[in-house]
Amino acid sequence: MTCEESEILLHALLDNELDAGHAREVEAHVAACPRCGVQLSQLRAVHTEMSSPQLRFSAPAGLRARVEATVPAARARVTATPYPMASRRTLLRGFALGSVLSGALAASLMITIMRSDQDQRIMGEVVTAHLRSLQVEHLTDVQTSDQHTVKPWFNGRLDVAPPVVDLTAQGFTLLGGRLDYIDGHAVAAIVYRRRNHVLNLFVAAGAGSEREVKTETVQGFTVKSWSDQGLSFRVVSDINAEELQEFVDRFQAAARQGASL
Amino acid sequence: MAASVVSPDADKARRFRDAALPHLDDAYTLARYLLRSAADADDAVQECYLRAFRHFDGLRGQATKPWLMAILRNVCHAVYAGNARLVFTAETGETQAAPIWREDSDTPEQAMLRRHDSETMRRLIGQLPAEFREVIVLREINDLSYRDIAEVIGAPVGTVMSRLARARSILRTAWLAEG
Repeated sequence: MTCEESEILLHALLDNELDAGHAREVEAHVAACPRCGVQLSQLRAVHTEMSSPQLRFSAPAGLRARVEATVPAARARVTATPYPMASRRTLLRGFALGSVLSGALAASLMITIMRSDQDQRIMGEVVTAHLRSLQVEHLTDVQTSDQHTVKPWFNGRLDVAPPVVDLTAQGFTLLGGRLDYIDGHAVAAIVYRRRNHVLNLFVAAGAGSEREVKTETVQGFTVKSWSDQGLSFRVVSDINAEELQEFVDRFQAAARQGASL
Repeated sequence: MAASVVSPDADKARRFRDAALPHLDDAYTLARYLLRSAADADDAVQECYLRAFRHFDGLRGQATKPWLMAILRNVCHAVYAGNARLVFTAETGETQAAPIWREDSDTPEQAMLRRHDSETMRRLIGQLPAEFREVIVLREINDLSYRDIAEVIGAPVGTVMSRLARARSILRTAWLAEG
């Protein structure tokens, strides 16, 4: 690869837009060429500086109100709802309402309706918990990239032992863990980062056995849910659906490997 | 059980809220950088959401964010055209942008770290020629992919890449000069 070729591809490398083969080629060239090496480190410094949240602006409250006013009808409900935990605890255990009630065949239609209603509400709570986590100092209770620190931290705090896997090598950096509450229940939140996006993986007890991954979009966030070995998993982020699926695949593969050790 | 019948209009409004409102800060940020004025950005974003809601039915299976950003960009250009304040020529950057290579006794990393200042970076972005400024903001701050940026500015991905490279090297040179 020549310096001219590498010059433009350096940017694509920084922007994560290169496939693995090209990325390796550019990296090899940069390692061998001091001039391009300097270029890359300077461009990376600019890139890093530009990902600072300080360069973003928040829409002023007045603008937000005026934009909201341009759209008729009811306000979005999910985020505005506080957490009436006690009342809901009586209705649900973990995420797995369906499995608790599925024996009640006589009321099956009713359950279907209820469940989807509850599911939607829980989805809203998942996104709310994600948004809440993004506020300053709320992201992690235990902050470490070491999976062997995060996993024991949940011991005694939860009645489940969530699998914690490090996916740094696959492009999802483990940031740490946190206790969160979904539907009035303490759940494990395992936090990953992809570039400057945060992923929250919520793990709760659930008897579901549907390994099939379900995808939903709530308020612009993608949520993917699945169950495995008595646990229910929900991962939420604003990265695109394909990347989130990549996370799910890698997580499932790593968790299976961990379980077989 | 509250199985209320939802009118199509209310349903459209709800879908629009869910799809478009999470991008409000992003839209406002882009408008601030494109227009470089808080008051103009305010107006542009409001106009953008008005238009977006009107045309929301035309958005089928397309990603909301680039679609919204494209509308906003059009609004911002109209603001500029109306105020006749924009010097928006594709070539202006080329003359300004000649990379001046500074010989420096610091290592490159040290040189970059000396100005670790977001204020400076904001100002430098503001000074970029418009066609470079929009791609770098869409990429780095709004976090769109090359393909999405190409859609927003209505240009091929190759153009996005070369403008981005240009924008970054101007910023790098200017930033080194700040130190």
